[in-house]
Amino acid sequence: MTLELAHLHRRFAGFGALDDVSLSIAPGEFLALLGPSGSGKTTLLRILAGLDYPDSGSVHRDGEDFLATPARERRIGMVFQHYALFRHLTVVENIAFGLRVRPWRTRPSRAKIHEQVDRLLARVQLEGLGGRYPAQLSGGQRQRVALARALAVEPDMLLLDEPFGALDAQVRVTLRRWLRELHEELQLTTVFVTHDQEEALELADRVAVMNQGRIEQVGPPEQIYQQPATPFVCEFIGKVNRVELRRTGVGLAAGGWMPEGDEPWQGRYAKATAYIRPEQLSLVVPPTLPAWEARLRHVYLAGSVAHLDLYVPSLDQTLEADVASEDLSRLGLQAGRELRIAPRSAVLFPHDGSGATVDRERWIWLEPDRVHA
Amino acid sequence: MNPAVGRRKPGLTRRLVRLALILLALVFLLLFLVLPLAAVFVEAFRQGVEPYLESIRQPEALSAIRLTLLVAAIAVPLNVVFGVAAAWAMTRFEFRGKALLGALIDLPFSVSPVISGLVYVLLFGAQGWFGPWLEAHGVKIIFAVPGLVLATVFITLPFVARELIPLMQSQGSEEEQAARVLGASGWQMFFRVTLPNIRWALLYGVLLCNARAMGEFGAVSVVSGHIRGLTTTMPLEVEMRYNEYDYVGAFAVASLLALLALLTLGIKTLLEWRYGDELAAHAPGGH
Amino acid sequence: MRQRVLPGFGLSLGYALAYLGLIVLLPMAALAWKATGIGLGGMLHLLSAPRTLAALRLSVGGALVAALVNVVIGLLVGWVLVRYRFPGRRLFDALVDLPFALPTAVAGIALPTLYAPNGWLGRWLEPLGIKVAYTPLGVLVAMVFVGFPFVVRTLQPVLASLERDVEEAAQSLGARRWQTFFRVILPMLAPTLLTGFSLALARAVGEYGSVIFIAGNIPMHSEIAPLLIVQKLEQFDYAGAAALGVALLLLSFALLIVVALLQRWSSRWAEASR
Repeated sequence: MTLELAHLHRRFAGFGALDDVSLSIAPGEFLALLGPSGSGKTTLLRILAGLDYPDSGSVHRDGEDFLATPARERRIGMVFQHYALFRHLTVVENIAFGLRVRPWRTRPSRAKIHEQVDRLLARVQLEGLGGRYPAQLSGGQRQRVALARALAVEPDMLLLDEPFGALDAQVRVTLRRWLRELHEELQLTTVFVTHDQEEALELADRVAVMNQGRIEQVGPPEQIYQQPATPFVCEFIGKVNRVELRRTGVGLAAGGWMPEGDEPWQGRYAKATAYIRPEQLSLVVPPTLPAWEARLRHVYLAGSVAHLDLYVPSLDQTLEADVASEDLSRLGLQAGRELRIAPRSAVLFPHDGSGATVDRERWIWLEPDRVHA
Repeated sequence: MNPAVGRRKPGLTRRLVRLALILLALVFLLLFLVLPLAAVFVEAFRQGVEPYLESIRQPEALSAIRLTLLVAAIAVPLNVVFGVAAAWAMTRFEFRGKALLGALIDLPFSVSPVISGLVYVLLFGAQGWFGPWLEAHGVKIIFAVPGLVLATVFITLPFVARELIPLMQSQGSEEEQAARVLGASGWQMFFRVTLPNIRWALLYGVLLCNARAMGEFGAVSVVSGHIRGLTTTMPLEVEMRYNEYDYVGAFAVASLLALLALLTLGIKTLLEWRYGDELAAHAPGGH
Repeated sequence: MRQRVLPGFGLSLGYALAYLGLIVLLPMAALAWKATGIGLGGMLHLLSAPRTLAALRLSVGGALVAALVNVVIGLLVGWVLVRYRFPGRRLFDALVDLPFALPTAVAGIALPTLYAPNGWLGRWLEPLGIKVAYTPLGVLVAMVFVGFPFVVRTLQPVLASLERDVEEAAQSLGARRWQTFFRVILPMLAPTLLTGFSLALARAVGEYGSVIFIAGNIPMHSEIAPLLIVQKLEQFDYAGAAALGVALLLLSFALLIVVALLQRWSSRWAEASR
């Protein structure tokens, strides 16, 4: 089952929730819709569920018009953000609901329904809680009931709206792994909405990053992280340092450092912005190579990783670098120490005349091969 | 409050003020609310149990009871269906003129009962818009049972809707959307998800609607014509007997209505205690 | 291609509108139309008649005073029921709705039994020179009775949710109890009290059943406007009844609008900051 979304537009009073969104979803794929609130990701999910309709554009499932199919006939399992469990029904009754409301010709027998519900209870590890009401369950249990209820109708596709949003951090991580395993087992096309980039990168086969109703980039997590397509993706995914470059006699440069190598723009742009990940900063650069002089201001030890605050006078800017904690003493990194630092890689976007960035002229810069300390 | 701090024991004056306020409130409630209720029963039994029972057994009394039950049995279901439909439309969809619709639903609350009866006389009475036509076709609405039902429906129209709208608003429609995605048809969704979620509030609304329907006096009085045995409901029978100086008879029928009121209060209180969180935050005075 | 996700929009809205149209709008239109039947001159003549004026004054004036009395008593009763714990509190709380549940005709005949000169309470008031039954005071008593639950019931949830820390803050700043009450609590309750006021007012202006028995219905003295409407109807003066009905409706709507404006002003602090 392949879904083709083409040129979807959706406006609500006052703002555009979807602005020309096109996307294709492959069978068995685990896709994350990632973006800040108001980016349109939930609207997109609700359109797939049949709970909302685009103003224009089309959705086709294997060539047939999906939008013409009403919600109840789409064979979709949906897990709502706050689960939307039926509060007056027990866990078992909630899970069986989708089977019980079928027309009698296609409705499984009582015994079949019972069997199916038992199997699902086991799958979501809620054996023995079937008689409880939603109010008597913990957040994580409710989420699993919602999932079992969605799976009970044997859907072609699973949709999850912020599935972990209402859970505390520990439960969240456990359920994430569990959901991933479940997906590997069932091979069910799954689309989930999240604003948590870590969640998206860890779980999904493919991530669609959304911003202001548009899809900024679609791709596998590594690609999203290492080759962000737009400045928005750079800043939204992970932490990033932003350094402004200006054209000098030799090329684009900032405070004593410049990206070496063949510049793809051949001097067309006077300014550019470089996005540098904290773990892509070399901290001990030999004096022979171009680098920024920096003073280490603070070391924040966060378990296995340490975050460093580095002040660069030539940029009048504080950059952040991440190193493994065990490297702290090996490199002698203490607050107050003077360092020579330089990026190992960066993503650069040029500025046009008005100061806006030109997304399609992206330059993914990698440090030329060289032996480092 | 932080338990470690503990609350200072109130001083003597404060305790006296508190006691005085409580006493004042209770004396008022007793004198103003309980006393009239007591008067009804005392006056009804003033000449003993026998005359009381006798006056209730009279055919006019029995027919008034039957008529009251009949009118309520028609008016309440009509307003239940309306209330559910109006609440569904108001809380599940956005449309222009919603606020106006809400105001219209509330309108009967601020219209004098006498005017509520009057409007139907002006529509269906001998000199009314449809009066001549109705007369030509031998249909009687005013001074007949249909008029009583109409006036009662008007008076009790807001009760169910007013109870359901805030509750359904706060519950939201996620459960219903979930039911749709799971394949439920419209009616399946309504009977399996919506109705169970609003059942206690619905019962609450029915209770208030019924109490008002059975006890309505002003509106009904205008359209009734006071034909003994035919168009007098219990409150009208109370009035007629009272005006004929049949005090025991009047209070006897009144005592039945007072019992209904107490029963209503009892069930209402029970519902609030047991299912308070499944009722809407209460608008005042029971609506 | 756009569909609504939840079904029944057309059905429920259509049904509700048709029902409201038949039960409320059509009859109201008949009222307005019939009232124009006596013409502007007839209308002015009717409304300027001393008896009409006296009845309107009693209905509207009495309702205003009754609503005000209810605000004071309702505040007391609501406060006691929410803030203090004492035996029988729940029973008394349930009793507050009695005037609402008790049919007006029943209350109507019970009140003169209490307040007539030889009644349960009347016999004690008579020697003090206080006449209740068959006077405007009797009308007021009945109006207070029917409007009583409104203020208490609007007030209770608000009082219960009123943050105690605000009172504690006032006290920590040196305010005395009564200062805290009048300067902090009362202004915070003002919008709610006004809501209760307008509900009690709306109920009392048009009240009929519980008033007519105790009022004695003496023209120019203790006769209420709704009764005048009934009398016009009994004389088959439909246009007069309709005109009077419209006048009473417009008066009470005007009052309710004024109260709504007052309320908006008194709760200006509650507006969400934008």
